[in-house]
Amino acid sequence: MGKAAPGAALRVLHGSHALSGSLFINLRLAAIQGWMGERQTAARWFLRGMGGVASVPALILIGSFIGFGVLCRESGLSLGEAMFMTAFVWALPSQVVLVGAIATGSSALVAAIAVTLSAIRLMPMTAAWVPLVRAQGTPRWQLLVLSHFVAVTAWVWGFMRLPDVPRERRAVCFAGFGVTLTLINVAVTAISFIGAAALPPLLAGALFFLTPIYFLTALSASARYHAERLALGLGVVLGPALHAYDVGLHLLWAGLVGGTLAFIGHKLIHRRGGAI
Amino acid sequence: MSEALGPYLFILLAGTLATDIWRWLGVLVGARLREDSDLLLWVKAVATALVAAVIGNLIFAPSGALAEVPLAIRLGAAACGYLAFWLARKNVLIGVLAAEAALIAAASIFAGT
Repeated sequence: MGKAAPGAALRVLHGSHALSGSLFINLRLAAIQGWMGERQTAARWFLRGMGGVASVPALILIGSFIGFGVLCRESGLSLGEAMFMTAFVWALPSQVVLVGAIATGSSALVAAIAVTLSAIRLMPMTAAWVPLVRAQGTPRWQLLVLSHFVAVTAWVWGFMRLPDVPRERRAVCFAGFGVTLTLINVAVTAISFIGAAALPPLLAGALFFLTPIYFLTALSASARYHAERLALGLGVVLGPALHAYDVGLHLLWAGLVGGTLAFIGHKLIHRRGGAI
Repeated sequence: MSEALGPYLFILLAGTLATDIWRWLGVLVGARLREDSDLLLWVKAVATALVAAVIGNLIFAPSGALAEVPLAIRLGAAACGYLAFWLARKNVLIGVLAAEAALIAAASIFAGT
């Protein structure tokens, strides 16, 4: 609607030929209205993204972050460090690795290497996310800023919800979801850190268990291709298998080998004429 | 590390930079990917397998309070949850609730707490 207004004004201009003063003012008014309408629509989609926080994925992530706050407390971090980590790292498995490195007194270099390895998955995830959120003419810097909010929950949520959002509104909708989810979880980290002592160990363990079970079922539910289902099954087995054999970079190998085998499997199934 | 800002610089370097660098690289690579291409499908498969490997490790070799729960219970509870998820026609919430119920029930019975 906001976009149509300047177009209509231009048609009037084109039809009349005479650029009278009042018409010129009308044209400018229409342009301003169009700009404001554009702003309103963007704000509406941002709010819709915020509303996405009231969803199962977001609630489960909040449960997982309760476990993280407790872990930070147990590992001797300060409240400020725990909150800072949630806001500025925003990748739960990597945060767990980082807390582990800090708790064992690793140097910054060793910690950085461990976290870098744990976060490799973010690269293909973000690469697959870019064609989902970008529209014609989405600036590169917007994608670079927004990419900070790419983590499993927002990724899964994005692939479930964004296909139903008009393409030019996907980035702003994702921003609404990502920013809100991050801020809420910074608060959750703080609250659970403060209340950690009151939490029985079994409950803390159960909260930690939320993350893997949720990731497993949500990825299963959002998988559209054989390649993704096969990759899920192979990765779940290959991860611990390579880890148990203490293969360095085991996550990377599990991803590359599992993903490539899944891709080949997908192609073979298609060659035999199977459905998607 | 004794300075007040030390730990935050540590987190920025070993946490933020170490994770965001992959996201930035992903944006640069993703800009060249077409939505319906085989290359994107492969990239998605690798990403899914990597996340799945993280899932497997979180169940198989967790840290923190979950490590106190025996491996057999963790695996059994995960299997219960996944089965319930399938029986409930891919309902994520039911799968998660079933897995959690199985974990808490089995851990309190067998650990005797």
